[in-house]
Amino acid sequence: MSDVRGKDEGDATVSHYLCIGCPLGCRLEVEELGGGNVEVRGQSCKKGEVFGKQEHLDPRRVVTTTVAVEGGIWPRLPVKTRGEVPKGAVIEVCRLLHGLNLEAPVAIGQVIAADVLGTGVDVVASRDLPRA
Amino acid sequence: MIAAKPAQLQPRYDVVVVGAGPAGLAAALGARETGAERVLVIDREPEPGGILQQCIHPGFGLHHFGEELTGPEYAQRTIEQALEHDVDVLSGAYVLDVSPDRRLKVTSRDHGLAYLDAGAVVLAMGARERTRGAIRIPGERPSGVMTAGFAQKLVNLGGLLPGKRVAILGSGDIGLIMARRLVLEGVEVLGVFEIMPHANGLNRNIVQCLHDYDIPLHLSTTVVHIHGRERVDRVTVAPVDAAFKPRMAEAWDVPCDTLLVSIGLIPDNELAHRLGLRLDPVTTGPVVTSTMETSRDGVFACGNVVHIHDLVDYVSQESLLAGRGAGAFATGAAARPDNVRLTPGLNVRYCVPPTITTEREHTVYMRVTKPMAPCTLRLGDVYERPLRYVFPGEMLTLKVRPRFLEGFHGGSLRVDVVPRGEATPI
Repeated sequence: MSDVRGKDEGDATVSHYLCIGCPLGCRLEVEELGGGNVEVRGQSCKKGEVFGKQEHLDPRRVVTTTVAVEGGIWPRLPVKTRGEVPKGAVIEVCRLLHGLNLEAPVAIGQVIAADVLGTGVDVVASRDLPRA
Repeated sequence: MIAAKPAQLQPRYDVVVVGAGPAGLAAALGARETGAERVLVIDREPEPGGILQQCIHPGFGLHHFGEELTGPEYAQRTIEQALEHDVDVLSGAYVLDVSPDRRLKVTSRDHGLAYLDAGAVVLAMGARERTRGAIRIPGERPSGVMTAGFAQKLVNLGGLLPGKRVAILGSGDIGLIMARRLVLEGVEVLGVFEIMPHANGLNRNIVQCLHDYDIPLHLSTTVVHIHGRERVDRVTVAPVDAAFKPRMAEAWDVPCDTLLVSIGLIPDNELAHRLGLRLDPVTTGPVVTSTMETSRDGVFACGNVVHIHDLVDYVSQESLLAGRGAGAFATGAAARPDNVRLTPGLNVRYCVPPTITTEREHTVYMRVTKPMAPCTLRLGDVYERPLRYVFPGEMLTLKVRPRFLEGFHGGSLRVDVVPRGEATPI
């Protein structure tokens, strides 16, 4: 199952993905047709086509991690990006967040990092964190 | 937003719920809806919310709240709903025993040892993770072997890392989620080892937790030995044959300091045993009626204590029902007894509830034994529905409406999942 990604050997224009739309897990082939157009094959429903296209052209992810907090009932605050960021930015977003140190209390929805890395997406608190 | 603790405990409550996870909190809400006045939820953790508080990833709430939430967000909404409805929550407390006449023996930091009487009791203790001991992995007993969920608690609530080089046994969703979580915290994750020829977790987690970070998934492979004196220093893994026997000639060593096991959940049923409840040998949870009442009058159960769910949304819905049942029992409005038994037939492992009534609508949860696609779900000869696919890891739900049963006068209905186009063999 871990071998379904990446380019085909011998055919540089075809990439492979595992569809996440449902448990069927269709093995998708995405072929570049040039001019930013792609053809998705191997799906058994519309979800597969949408996913294959998006995953090939602009893969995006919601990032969740924790941030250090002083004086709270827990030493970490769970946070999330309020929307998806480009997949390539995930590690960098985490690195930035792991450098922060907040002070309790924190309220759910509070912006922890606005427009993180210029993605246009805010990072917000996933819960209230009262003072200990 | 720690729930306000009751300043003093009452000697008697209409409904007492054991466990303040999503199941217990929804049950308390359900009980209040039916008019139960005094509802108390007892929980051993320092704050309510249960396992959701450590599940910081998204993917919760699409069915129940109509939007995608992280675990802590789902927990906070659920807690706020309960508090707005004047539910009392006692955290840092432990129910030691429940007697058949519904007297609870409770110990807590704030109130010492106390006895409470309850008009109805709801058991909502959730599940425990299977440990190394459950599958008897040979080797030494060093530190560094733990369940994936415990590592999740260490990392997400405690801010502690379980180790620096980690191997994961089992491809359940908690293990996959932790693989990504640890990579994002700078830990090296060497691989996920799964004894079955297919992954157990959702495809979404295979892609977003393993593929995204180039973490190898070794199928039909298991850990055959744990090495290390004080601390794990390596594990030996080996591919298995069709009978799950390790092929030792092909074994290899994985140097690591931590082994996480993600090998399934079992209902936490100590209180059910103490109460002498009838248990289902398949789910290992209590047998329940269509109002989620157990074999003891006035004792209800819901959530992972009854059967292991894959979505918290279904836990909330099932638990609201249990709470309404408990509230009705406590206020003297007894439900009509069930009159139709659902018998698991072809490719159906179990149905919850196993019995229903003909006059109300019911949501029946079930699991299949093997994958099938495309197929048909049949309820006796009164109803059928085509399905694109079924998988053992994905719970099936069936809404049984009174009109399905209008012309039905029997006492039991067989539930089958058969390949599309095939008649049901007798």
